[in-house]
Amino acid sequence: MPKKTPLPWLILVRQKSRLIVAIAGIAFADMLMFLQLGFQGALFDAAIKPHRSLDADLVLINPQFRTLFSVKSFSRERLYQTLGFSGVDRVSSVYISTGQWRNPKTRESRAILVWGIEPGKPSFQIPELTNQLDRLSQFRTVLFDTAGRPEYGDIGSWLWESGNPMDVEMSDRLLNVNGLFSMGASFAADGNTIVSDSTFLHLFPDRSADQIEVGLVQLDPGVDPIKMQKVLTTHLPTDVRVLTVAEFANVEKQYWAEGTGIGFIFGLGAIMGFIVGIVIVYQILYSDVSDHLSEFATMKAMGYSNGFLVRVLLTESLILAAVGFLPSLALAIGLYQVTYSATLLPIFMTTDRAITVLVLTVAMCGASGVIAMQKLYQADPADIF
Amino acid sequence: MQNLPAQSTGPSTGSTVSLVNSAIEIHELNHYFGHGNLKKQVLYSINLSIQAGEIVLLTGPSGSGKTTLLTLLGGLRSAQEGSLKLLGREMRGANTKELLKIRCNIGYIFQAHNLLSFLTARQNVRLSLELHDRYTDAECDRLVDEMLVAVGLGDRLNYYPEELSGGQKQRVAIARALVSSPQIILADEPTAALDKKSGRDVVEIIQQLAKERHCTILLVTHDNRILDIADRLLYMEDGRLVSDRSE
Repeated sequence: MPKKTPLPWLILVRQKSRLIVAIAGIAFADMLMFLQLGFQGALFDAAIKPHRSLDADLVLINPQFRTLFSVKSFSRERLYQTLGFSGVDRVSSVYISTGQWRNPKTRESRAILVWGIEPGKPSFQIPELTNQLDRLSQFRTVLFDTAGRPEYGDIGSWLWESGNPMDVEMSDRLLNVNGLFSMGASFAADGNTIVSDSTFLHLFPDRSADQIEVGLVQLDPGVDPIKMQKVLTTHLPTDVRVLTVAEFANVEKQYWAEGTGIGFIFGLGAIMGFIVGIVIVYQILYSDVSDHLSEFATMKAMGYSNGFLVRVLLTESLILAAVGFLPSLALAIGLYQVTYSATLLPIFMTTDRAITVLVLTVAMCGASGVIAMQKLYQADPADIF
Repeated sequence: MQNLPAQSTGPSTGSTVSLVNSAIEIHELNHYFGHGNLKKQVLYSINLSIQAGEIVLLTGPSGSGKTTLLTLLGGLRSAQEGSLKLLGREMRGANTKELLKIRCNIGYIFQAHNLLSFLTARQNVRLSLELHDRYTDAECDRLVDEMLVAVGLGDRLNYYPEELSGGQKQRVAIARALVSSPQIILADEPTAALDKKSGRDVVEIIQQLAKERHCTILLVTHDNRILDIADRLLYMEDGRLVSDRSE
C-alpha cells in the first residue's frame, strides 16, 4: 500500500500567511482562556492562603463555617477533648474576627481581619513570623500584614523609619504594631493582623473566651492524619468538624466558587475565549474549503470519498490546535509572571490548567472543523463541472 | 465480463448489447434535472456502445447535454432511466459507494486542469495512485515519474501548478488521469483553455498514451482542429445523439 500524501499538513504549510493568522488567532483565544482561568485560580489561591499557612495536621471548625468573611465558632472544650486520643500531640486555638483599623495618618477606619492566637503555641507557618510571634505575649501588641490594601496606611515604612513600636487604633482600642508579615489581600479580607488571645478578647469584649473559630491539632510524628481524622470524626460530637488543612482550604474555595458569582464570571470569560477561538478556526477552515472547492470536487471525481475529505479537514483542525496551543502556553507563562510582579496575586501555570486549556483547544478546533465540514458537501463534482 | 440482459423500457436492439468487449454500453438512457413542475428532461433515449480501445469524439452545441452525459459516464451522477453499463457494471440507481468505486477506474480530464494548488506536479499525480492499494511505495514513485516524463514534464516534477504554464498544467492533469492505467478516459474539452499548439500537443499525448495502454477514450470537444484523432465522431443536439458514424 502506498504511503499517503499528508494533505492536511501540505494545505497548511503552502499558505503561510493564512497559517500564521490561524496560529495567532488560536493563540489569542488560548491566552484569553489561560488568563481567565489563571486569574480565577489566583484569586482562589489568595483566598486560601491563610488556611494554607496554618501550622497544623488537622483543624477543627464549626460545621457551619464556610468562609473567613463570616466566621462561626465552637466550644473550646471540643479541642481539649481531642487531647484524650492517642496520637494527638498538641492543640492550640485561633480566634478570628473583623476589626476596624484606623489609618494613623488619615484617621479613616477600614475593616481588617484579626487573628487571635496563643503565643508560644503553633499557629502560622510563615517563616518571617517565627521570630515575631513571641512579641505577642506582650499585651496590646499587634503584627501587621504589609501585603494588604494601601488604605490601611504605609505602616511598614513608618515602622522602619521610627525603629520603635508604633501606636495604632483598632476597634477603638489602642494597640502597638511591633512586627510585620506578608499574607495579602483576598476576597474575605483587605488585610490581616495577628494578636494574642488576650489582646483579641480585649479588642472584642463581647466575645467569650470559650468560643473559638479554629482549633489546630498537632499529631505525634508518624501518625497518619487521615486515619486520625476518621477516629476523631467518629468520636467527637457532630457540633464540630475535623478537616485536614487542605480540606479546610477547599471549604473556603468552594464558598467563593459556588456561593458567589466569581466562578461564573471567570468561567464566562473562558467561554468567550473558547467561542472566539471557534469563530477564528472556522473562518480559516471555511476559506480553505471554499478556496479549494473545485479541487476537492476533483478529488471526489477521482474516487475519494466525503469521509476522506472530512478526515483531511479534521486533521487540519487538530494540527492547528497543536501549533496554536504551544505559543499560547509560552505567552501565558510570561504574562502570569508579569501579573505576579504587578499584583502579588499568586498566579502560576499549573499542569492541570495547561491540560484543561489544551483539551478546550482541541474541542474548539474540532467544533470548527465539524461546522466547516458542511461546506465540503457542496463540493459535488457533478454540479461543478 | 458478464453479459447481462438489458433492462430496457423498449425492445432490445440486440446487436449493441451482446458485445462482450464494450467498455461503455448505453441503452435507452433518459436523464432529468429538477423535481415536480420544474422537472426537465436533458437526455433523450441515448443508445451508444463504445469498444475497448476506441477513441470517440463527442461534439455538439452548448447545452446539448454533452457534459451531462459525460458526468453520467464518469460516475459523477447515477443514471435514472434506461441502462448504463461501465466496464460491465450497471450504473442505473448506483449508490454513492458504487459510484466511488467506478470512479477509481476512470480517468477524468477536466476543461480546467483542477490540480490541487498546494501539491507539486508529482504529488498531484501520485494522489491518483494512492486510491489503489495494489501499488507499493516504490512503484508509486516510479510510475509517477515515468508518467510525468511521458507527458514531457520530466524537468518539472517538483513544480507547483502556479509555476507551470496552462499547457503544462493540463499535461499534469492528463498524467494524473492516466497514471493508474484506467480502462476509460473521459475528457471534457481538455483543449478549450489552450492555444493551438499546446492543444494539439495535449490531444496527441492523450491519443498516444491511450493507444499504448489500450484504453477507451471519450472526448467532448468544440475544437475542430483535433477531430482527426478520433476513431468515431458523435454529434449531439438537444439531448439526443443525432449521428453516430464511424470514420
